[in-house]
Amino acid sequence: MKSQRSLELGTGLFVLLGFAALFFLTTQLPGSGISVGGAAGYKVTARFDNIGDLKGGSPVSMAGVRIGRVESVAFDSGDYRAVVTMRIDPQYNRIPDDSDASIQTQGLLGGRYVGIGPGGSENYLKDGSQIEFTQSAIVLESLVNKFFANFASKGSEGEKAQ
Amino acid sequence: MIVAALQRVGAVGVFLGRVLAQCAPALLRPRSVVHQVYNAGARSLIIIMLCGLFVGMVLGLQGFDLLQRFGSEDALGVAAALGLLKELGPVVTALLFAGRAGTALTSEIGLMRATDQLTAMEMMAVDPLRHVVAPRFLGGVIAMPLLVAVFNVIGLFGAQLIGVQLMGVDTGAFWSQMQSAVELDDVNEGIVKSVCFGVACSLVAVYEGYTAKPTAEGVGLATTRTVVISSVLTLLLDYMLTAAFLGR
Repeated sequence: MKSQRSLELGTGLFVLLGFAALFFLTTQLPGSGISVGGAAGYKVTARFDNIGDLKGGSPVSMAGVRIGRVESVAFDSGDYRAVVTMRIDPQYNRIPDDSDASIQTQGLLGGRYVGIGPGGSENYLKDGSQIEFTQSAIVLESLVNKFFANFASKGSEGEKAQ
Repeated sequence: MIVAALQRVGAVGVFLGRVLAQCAPALLRPRSVVHQVYNAGARSLIIIMLCGLFVGMVLGLQGFDLLQRFGSEDALGVAAALGLLKELGPVVTALLFAGRAGTALTSEIGLMRATDQLTAMEMMAVDPLRHVVAPRFLGGVIAMPLLVAVFNVIGLFGAQLIGVQLMGVDTGAFWSQMQSAVELDDVNEGIVKSVCFGVACSLVAVYEGYTAKPTAEGVGLATTRTVVISSVLTLLLDYMLTAAFLGR
Protein backbone atom coordinates (compact mmCIF):
# COMPACT_ATOMS: atom_id res chain seq x y z
CA MET A 1 0.00 0.00 0.00
CA LYS A 2 2.81 2.35 0.90
CA SER A 3 4.66 1.68 -2.35
CA GLN A 4 1.48 2.40 -4.32
CA ARG A 5 1.19 5.75 -2.55
CA SER A 6 4.79 6.76 -3.16
CA LEU A 7 4.41 5.71 -6.79
CA GLU A 8 1.40 7.92 -7.26
CA LEU A 9 3.14 10.74 -5.41
CA GLY A 10 6.19 10.39 -7.65
CA THR A 11 4.06 10.42 -10.78
CA GLY A 12 2.15 13.43 -9.56
CA LEU A 13 5.37 15.29 -8.84
CA PHE A 14 6.75 14.38 -12.25
CA VAL A 15 3.62 15.52 -14.09
CA LEU A 16 3.51 18.72 -12.04
CA LEU A 17 7.16 19.45 -12.82
CA GLY A 18 6.60 18.71 -16.50
CA PHE A 19 3.62 21.00 -16.75
CA ALA A 20 5.41 23.73 -14.79
CA ALA A 21 8.22 23.52 -17.33
CA LEU A 22 5.77 23.61 -20.25
CA PHE A 23 4.04 26.59 -18.67
CA PHE A 24 7.36 28.39 -18.30
CA LEU A 25 8.28 27.68 -21.92
CA THR A 26 4.99 28.86 -23.38
CA THR A 27 4.45 31.94 -21.23
CA GLN A 28 7.81 33.28 -20.18
CA LEU A 29 10.01 32.54 -23.15
CA PRO A 30 8.31 34.10 -26.16
CA GLY A 31 7.60 37.77 -25.70
CA SER A 32 4.49 37.35 -27.82
CA GLY A 33 3.46 34.24 -25.91
CA ILE A 34 0.25 33.59 -24.08
CA SER A 35 -0.12 36.49 -21.69
CA VAL A 36 -1.26 35.40 -18.27
CA GLY A 37 -4.16 37.29 -16.73
CA GLY A 38 -5.47 38.63 -20.03
CA ALA A 39 -4.41 41.73 -21.86
CA ALA A 40 -3.99 44.66 -19.52
CA GLY A 41 -3.40 48.25 -20.43
CA TYR A 42 -4.89 50.67 -22.91
CA LYS A 43 -4.84 50.80 -26.69
CA VAL A 44 -3.31 53.60 -28.71
CA THR A 45 -3.08 53.80 -32.49
CA ALA A 46 -0.64 55.58 -34.76
CA ARG A 47 -0.42 55.93 -38.55
CA PHE A 48 2.87 55.56 -40.36
CA ASP A 49 3.90 56.00 -44.00
CA ASN A 50 6.22 53.01 -43.74
CA ILE A 51 6.68 50.64 -40.83
CA GLY A 52 9.55 48.56 -42.19
CA ASP A 53 9.26 45.03 -40.82
CA LEU A 54 7.47 45.93 -37.58
CA LYS A 55 5.31 43.03 -36.42
CA GLY A 56 2.69 42.35 -33.78
CA GLY A 57 4.52 41.67 -30.52
CA SER A 58 7.32 44.16 -31.16
CA PRO A 59 8.12 46.34 -28.15
CA VAL A 60 6.94 49.90 -27.64
CA SER A 61 9.45 51.87 -25.66
CA MET A 62 9.95 55.29 -24.20
CA ALA A 63 13.42 56.51 -23.26
CA GLY A 64 14.60 52.96 -23.93
CA VAL A 65 12.26 51.35 -21.42
CA ARG A 66 9.62 48.97 -22.69
CA ILE A 67 6.19 50.36 -21.88
CA GLY A 68 4.02 48.16 -24.07
CA ARG A 69 3.74 46.01 -27.15
CA VAL A 70 2.52 46.37 -30.71
CA GLU A 71 -0.78 44.53 -30.81
CA SER A 72 -1.57 44.57 -34.51
CA VAL A 73 -0.47 46.09 -37.76
CA ALA A 74 -3.06 46.89 -40.44
CA PHE A 75 -3.13 48.67 -43.75
CA ASP A 76 -5.59 51.49 -44.37
CA SER A 77 -6.51 51.46 -48.03
CA GLY A 78 -8.11 54.92 -47.66
CA ASP A 79 -4.91 56.91 -47.19
CA TYR A 80 -2.38 54.15 -48.00
CA ARG A 81 -0.81 54.23 -44.57
CA ALA A 82 -0.09 51.59 -41.97
CA VAL A 83 -2.18 51.62 -38.80
CA VAL A 84 -0.27 50.33 -35.80
CA THR A 85 -2.27 49.44 -32.70
CA MET A 86 -0.23 49.43 -29.51
CA ARG A 87 -1.15 48.27 -26.04
CA ILE A 88 0.51 50.37 -23.36
CA ASP A 89 0.92 48.89 -19.88
CA PRO A 90 -1.55 50.44 -17.42
CA GLN A 91 1.05 51.92 -15.06
CA TYR A 92 2.30 54.25 -17.82
CA ASN A 93 -0.81 56.40 -17.96
CA ARG A 94 0.81 59.84 -18.01
CA ILE A 95 2.04 60.06 -21.58
CA PRO A 96 1.24 63.47 -23.14
CA ASP A 97 -1.22 63.21 -26.05
CA ASP A 98 1.04 65.24 -28.34
CA SER A 99 3.87 62.73 -28.03
CA ASP A 100 5.49 61.49 -31.21
CA ALA A 101 5.98 57.90 -32.34
CA SER A 102 8.81 56.70 -34.56
CA ILE A 103 9.84 53.33 -35.87
CA GLN A 104 13.37 52.52 -34.77
CA THR A 105 15.81 49.66 -35.02
CA GLN A 106 17.53 47.83 -32.19
CA GLY A 107 21.19 48.01 -33.14
CA LEU A 108 22.23 47.72 -36.75
CA LEU A 109 20.54 44.42 -37.53
CA GLY A 110 18.07 44.13 -34.64
CA GLY A 111 14.31 44.06 -34.82
CA ARG A 112 12.09 47.11 -35.17
CA TYR A 113 10.36 48.80 -32.29
CA VAL A 114 8.17 51.82 -31.76
CA GLY A 115 9.89 54.60 -29.84
CA ILE A 116 7.72 57.23 -28.22
CA GLY A 117 9.09 60.69 -27.49
CA PRO A 118 7.22 62.77 -24.91
CA GLY A 119 5.35 65.91 -25.92
CA GLY A 120 4.46 68.85 -23.69
CA SER A 121 0.70 68.60 -23.44
CA GLU A 122 -1.22 68.57 -20.17
CA ASN A 123 -3.61 65.94 -21.51
CA TYR A 124 -2.59 62.32 -21.45
CA LEU A 125 -3.08 59.49 -23.91
CA LYS A 126 -6.01 57.27 -23.06
CA ASP A 127 -7.69 54.17 -24.46
CA GLY A 128 -8.47 54.71 -28.14
CA SER A 129 -6.41 57.85 -28.69
CA GLN A 130 -4.27 58.30 -31.73
CA ILE A 131 -0.70 59.57 -31.86
CA GLU A 132 -0.64 62.29 -34.54
CA PHE A 133 3.07 62.88 -34.97
CA THR A 134 4.78 59.91 -36.52
CA GLN A 135 8.07 59.23 -38.21
CA SER A 136 8.46 56.29 -40.57
CA ALA A 137 11.04 53.57 -40.49
CA ILE A 138 14.36 54.30 -42.07
CA VAL A 139 14.79 51.71 -44.74
CA LEU A 140 18.48 50.97 -45.05
CA GLU A 141 18.27 49.94 -48.71
CA SER A 142 16.65 53.19 -49.84
CA LEU A 143 19.24 55.18 -47.87
CA VAL A 144 22.01 53.30 -49.62
CA ASN A 145 20.31 53.87 -52.98
CA LYS A 146 20.01 57.61 -52.30
CA PHE A 147 23.62 57.78 -51.23
CA PHE A 148 24.85 56.10 -54.39
CA ALA A 149 22.57 58.20 -56.59
CA ASN A 150 24.05 61.35 -55.00
CA PHE A 151 27.53 59.99 -55.33
CA ALA A 152 27.05 59.17 -59.01
CA SER A 153 25.52 62.55 -59.92
CA LYS A 154 28.30 64.39 -58.05
CA GLY A 155 30.89 62.27 -59.81
CA SER A 156 29.54 63.10 -63.27
CA GLU A 157 29.34 66.82 -62.41
CA GLY A 158 32.96 66.72 -61.29
CA GLU A 159 33.98 65.22 -64.62
CA LYS A 160 32.12 67.99 -66.50
CA ALA A 161 33.86 70.69 -64.44
CA GLN A 162 37.19 69.32 -65.38
CA MET B 1 14.35 -8.30 -48.76
CA ILE B 2 12.33 -5.29 -49.85
CA VAL B 3 9.12 -7.26 -49.52
CA ALA B 4 10.15 -8.32 -46.01
CA ALA B 5 10.89 -4.72 -45.03
CA LEU B 6 7.56 -3.60 -46.45
CA GLN B 7 5.79 -6.34 -44.57
CA ARG B 8 7.48 -5.25 -41.34
CA VAL B 9 6.40 -1.65 -41.79
CA GLY B 10 2.89 -2.84 -42.50
CA ALA B 11 2.92 -5.04 -39.41
CA VAL B 12 3.99 -2.07 -37.25
CA GLY B 13 1.20 0.00 -38.80
CA VAL B 14 -1.42 -2.65 -38.06
CA PHE B 15 -0.01 -3.00 -34.54
CA LEU B 16 -0.25 0.78 -34.01
CA GLY B 17 -3.89 0.70 -35.11
CA ARG B 18 -4.70 -2.11 -32.71
CA VAL B 19 -2.92 -0.38 -29.81
CA LEU B 20 -4.66 2.92 -30.53
CA ALA B 21 -8.01 1.11 -30.54
CA GLN B 22 -7.19 -0.19 -27.05
CA CYS B 23 -6.03 3.20 -25.72
CA ALA B 24 -9.50 4.48 -24.83
CA PRO B 25 -10.38 1.39 -22.73
CA ALA B 26 -6.93 1.58 -21.14
CA LEU B 27 -7.57 5.18 -20.15
CA LEU B 28 -10.66 4.01 -18.27
CA ARG B 29 -8.29 2.29 -15.87
CA PRO B 30 -6.04 5.26 -15.15
CA ARG B 31 -4.14 3.55 -12.38
CA SER B 32 -2.16 1.32 -14.75
CA VAL B 33 -1.42 4.30 -17.01
CA VAL B 34 -0.23 6.31 -14.00
CA HIS B 35 2.06 3.42 -13.10
CA GLN B 36 3.58 3.51 -16.58
CA VAL B 37 3.94 7.30 -16.57
CA TYR B 38 5.94 6.79 -13.39
CA ASN B 39 8.08 4.08 -14.98
CA ALA B 40 8.73 5.92 -18.22
CA GLY B 41 8.74 9.49 -16.93
CA ALA B 42 9.50 9.97 -13.27
CA ARG B 43 12.23 7.35 -13.32
CA SER B 44 13.94 9.00 -16.32
CA LEU B 45 13.77 12.42 -14.71
CA ILE B 46 17.18 12.40 -13.05
CA ILE B 47 19.09 11.40 -16.17
CA ILE B 48 17.09 13.86 -18.28
CA MET B 49 17.82 16.72 -15.89
CA LEU B 50 21.49 15.85 -15.68
CA CYS B 51 21.89 15.61 -19.45
CA GLY B 52 19.82 18.76 -19.96
CA LEU B 53 22.14 20.68 -17.68
CA PHE B 54 25.24 19.50 -19.51
CA VAL B 55 23.78 20.05 -22.98
CA GLY B 56 22.76 23.56 -21.95
CA MET B 57 26.17 24.26 -20.49
CA VAL B 58 28.01 23.10 -23.59
CA LEU B 59 25.58 25.07 -25.74
CA GLY B 60 26.42 28.16 -23.69
CA LEU B 61 30.12 27.57 -24.12
CA GLN B 62 30.07 26.76 -27.83
CA GLY B 63 27.49 29.43 -28.58
CA PHE B 64 29.54 32.04 -26.77
CA ASP B 65 32.70 31.09 -28.65
CA LEU B 66 30.89 31.18 -31.99
CA LEU B 67 29.00 34.42 -31.38
CA GLN B 68 32.04 36.17 -29.96
CA ARG B 69 33.70 35.90 -33.37
CA PHE B 70 30.92 38.08 -34.76
CA GLY B 71 30.87 40.36 -31.74
CA SER B 72 27.29 39.48 -30.86
CA GLU B 73 27.60 37.56 -27.58
CA ASP B 74 24.32 39.15 -26.48
CA ALA B 75 22.48 36.85 -28.88
CA LEU B 76 23.61 33.85 -26.83
CA GLY B 77 20.21 33.61 -25.15
CA VAL B 78 18.44 33.42 -28.51
CA ALA B 79 20.88 30.86 -29.86
CA ALA B 80 20.63 28.66 -26.79
CA ALA B 81 16.84 28.91 -26.56
CA LEU B 82 16.17 28.16 -30.23
CA GLY B 83 18.75 25.39 -30.31
CA LEU B 84 17.26 23.74 -27.26
CA LEU B 85 13.58 24.25 -28.01
CA LYS B 86 13.60 23.26 -31.64
CA GLU B 87 16.32 20.65 -31.90
CA LEU B 88 18.39 19.50 -28.99
CA GLY B 89 15.62 19.25 -26.42
CA PRO B 90 13.31 16.88 -28.30
CA VAL B 91 16.05 14.89 -30.05
CA VAL B 92 18.39 14.31 -27.11
CA THR B 93 15.47 13.53 -24.82
CA ALA B 94 14.10 11.02 -27.34
CA LEU B 95 17.49 9.32 -27.64
CA LEU B 96 17.83 9.14 -23.85
CA PHE B 97 14.25 7.97 -23.57
CA ALA B 98 14.91 5.15 -26.05
CA GLY B 99 17.92 4.08 -24.03
CA ARG B 100 16.39 4.48 -20.57
CA ALA B 101 12.67 3.77 -20.85
CA GLY B 102 12.39 2.11 -24.27
CA THR B 103 14.73 -0.75 -23.41
CA ALA B 104 12.95 -1.31 -20.10
CA LEU B 105 9.60 -1.55 -21.90
CA THR B 106 10.91 -3.94 -24.54
CA SER B 107 12.63 -6.29 -22.14
CA GLU B 108 9.64 -6.27 -19.77
CA ILE B 109 7.12 -7.14 -22.48
CA GLY B 110 9.59 -9.49 -24.16
CA LEU B 111 10.09 -11.40 -20.92
CA MET B 112 6.34 -11.62 -20.46
CA ARG B 113 6.24 -13.15 -23.93
CA ALA B 114 9.16 -15.48 -23.17
CA THR B 115 7.63 -16.70 -19.93
CA ASP B 116 4.25 -17.22 -21.65
CA GLN B 117 2.49 -14.65 -19.49
CA LEU B 118 0.99 -13.01 -22.55
CA THR B 119 -0.22 -16.37 -23.85
CA ALA B 120 -1.76 -17.10 -20.45
CA MET B 121 -3.64 -13.81 -20.57
CA GLU B 122 -4.94 -14.63 -24.03
CA MET B 123 -6.08 -18.03 -22.76
CA MET B 124 -8.10 -16.28 -20.05
CA ALA B 125 -9.66 -14.00 -22.68
CA VAL B 126 -7.79 -11.04 -21.21
CA ASP B 127 -6.49 -8.90 -24.04
CA PRO B 128 -2.76 -8.30 -23.43
CA LEU B 129 -2.88 -5.38 -25.86
CA ARG B 130 -5.34 -3.62 -23.61
CA HIS B 131 -3.84 -4.53 -20.25
CA VAL B 132 -0.12 -4.67 -20.99
CA VAL B 133 0.72 -2.83 -24.19
CA ALA B 134 -1.70 0.10 -24.30
CA PRO B 135 -0.93 1.48 -20.79
CA ARG B 136 2.81 1.31 -21.49
CA PHE B 137 2.41 2.99 -24.85
CA LEU B 138 0.25 5.74 -23.34
CA GLY B 139 2.66 6.19 -20.45
CA GLY B 140 5.51 6.82 -22.88
CA VAL B 141 3.47 9.20 -25.03
CA ILE B 142 2.38 11.23 -21.98
CA ALA B 143 5.82 11.26 -20.37
CA MET B 144 7.82 12.38 -23.41
CA PRO B 145 6.59 16.01 -23.86
CA LEU B 146 6.90 16.57 -20.11
CA LEU B 147 10.44 15.23 -20.10
CA VAL B 148 11.33 17.45 -23.06
CA ALA B 149 9.92 20.50 -21.30
CA VAL B 150 11.97 19.75 -18.17
CA PHE B 151 15.05 19.16 -20.33
CA ASN B 152 14.56 22.52 -22.08
CA VAL B 153 14.13 24.51 -18.88
CA ILE B 154 17.14 22.90 -17.20
CA GLY B 155 19.16 23.36 -20.40
CA LEU B 156 18.30 27.05 -20.54
CA PHE B 157 19.48 27.51 -16.99
CA GLY B 158 22.65 25.59 -17.84
CA ALA B 159 23.31 27.91 -20.78
CA GLN B 160 22.59 30.89 -18.57
CA LEU B 161 24.96 29.53 -15.93
CA ILE B 162 27.87 29.36 -18.38
CA GLY B 163 26.99 32.35 -20.54
CA VAL B 164 26.12 34.82 -17.82
CA GLN B 165 27.99 33.67 -14.73
CA LEU B 166 31.15 32.38 -16.36
CA MET B 167 31.50 34.25 -19.65
CA GLY B 168 30.02 37.54 -18.55
CA VAL B 169 27.16 38.01 -20.98
CA ASP B 170 24.72 40.58 -19.62
CA THR B 171 21.79 38.89 -17.83
CA GLY B 172 19.28 41.38 -19.17
CA ALA B 173 20.49 41.02 -22.76
CA PHE B 174 20.47 37.23 -22.43
CA TRP B 175 16.82 37.02 -21.35
CA SER B 176 15.32 40.01 -23.15
CA GLN B 177 16.83 39.14 -26.55
CA MET B 178 15.60 35.61 -26.01
CA GLN B 179 12.11 36.82 -25.21
CA SER B 180 11.93 39.14 -28.17
CA ALA B 181 13.29 36.61 -30.66
CA VAL B 182 11.57 33.40 -29.60
CA GLU B 183 8.06 33.07 -31.01
CA LEU B 184 5.29 30.89 -29.67
CA ASP B 185 5.59 28.91 -32.93
CA ASP B 186 9.12 27.89 -31.96
CA VAL B 187 7.86 26.50 -28.66
CA ASN B 188 5.02 24.73 -30.45
CA GLU B 189 7.43 23.17 -32.92
CA GLY B 190 9.33 21.62 -30.02
CA ILE B 191 6.13 20.34 -28.43
CA VAL B 192 4.87 18.80 -31.69
CA LYS B 193 8.24 17.16 -32.20
CA SER B 194 8.30 15.76 -28.69
CA VAL B 195 4.83 14.24 -29.08
CA CYS B 196 5.82 12.65 -32.42
CA PHE B 197 9.03 11.26 -30.92
CA GLY B 198 7.08 10.00 -27.92
CA VAL B 199 4.69 8.08 -30.16
CA ALA B 200 7.52 6.73 -32.32
CA CYS B 201 9.80 5.63 -29.47
CA SER B 202 7.01 4.11 -27.39
CA LEU B 203 5.57 2.30 -30.40
CA VAL B 204 8.93 0.81 -31.37
CA ALA B 205 9.60 -0.26 -27.79
CA VAL B 206 6.26 -2.03 -27.24
CA TYR B 207 6.23 -3.54 -30.74
CA GLU B 208 9.72 -5.01 -30.41
CA GLY B 209 8.85 -6.41 -26.99
CA TYR B 210 5.52 -7.82 -28.14
CA THR B 211 7.00 -9.55 -31.19
CA ALA B 212 10.27 -10.63 -29.55
CA LYS B 213 11.33 -14.26 -29.99
CA PRO B 214 10.41 -16.01 -26.72
CA THR B 215 13.99 -16.86 -25.82
CA ALA B 216 16.65 -15.14 -23.73
CA GLU B 217 18.54 -14.33 -26.91
CA GLY B 218 15.40 -13.05 -28.62
CA VAL B 219 14.62 -10.61 -25.80
CA GLY B 220 18.20 -9.32 -25.83
CA LEU B 221 18.06 -8.85 -29.59
CA ALA B 222 14.72 -7.06 -29.39
CA THR B 223 16.10 -4.66 -26.76
CA THR B 224 19.06 -3.82 -28.99
CA ARG B 225 16.77 -3.30 -31.95
CA THR B 226 14.60 -0.93 -29.92
CA VAL B 227 17.53 1.40 -29.29
CA VAL B 228 18.76 1.26 -32.88
CA ILE B 229 15.38 1.69 -34.56
CA SER B 230 14.19 4.38 -32.11
CA SER B 231 17.34 6.42 -32.59
CA VAL B 232 17.30 6.24 -36.38
CA LEU B 233 13.56 6.90 -36.49
CA THR B 234 13.92 9.89 -34.16
CA LEU B 235 16.58 11.51 -36.32
CA LEU B 236 14.70 10.77 -39.54
CA LEU B 237 11.44 12.13 -38.14
CA ASP B 238 13.33 15.14 -36.83
CA TYR B 239 14.54 16.02 -40.31
CA MET B 240 11.10 15.56 -41.84
CA LEU B 241 9.34 17.59 -39.14
CA THR B 242 11.91 20.38 -39.35
CA ALA B 243 11.50 20.52 -43.13
CA ALA B 244 7.73 20.62 -42.72
CA PHE B 245 7.91 23.43 -40.14
CA LEU B 246 10.36 25.52 -42.12
CA GLY B 247 8.47 24.98 -45.35
CA ARG B 248 5.53 27.05 -44.21
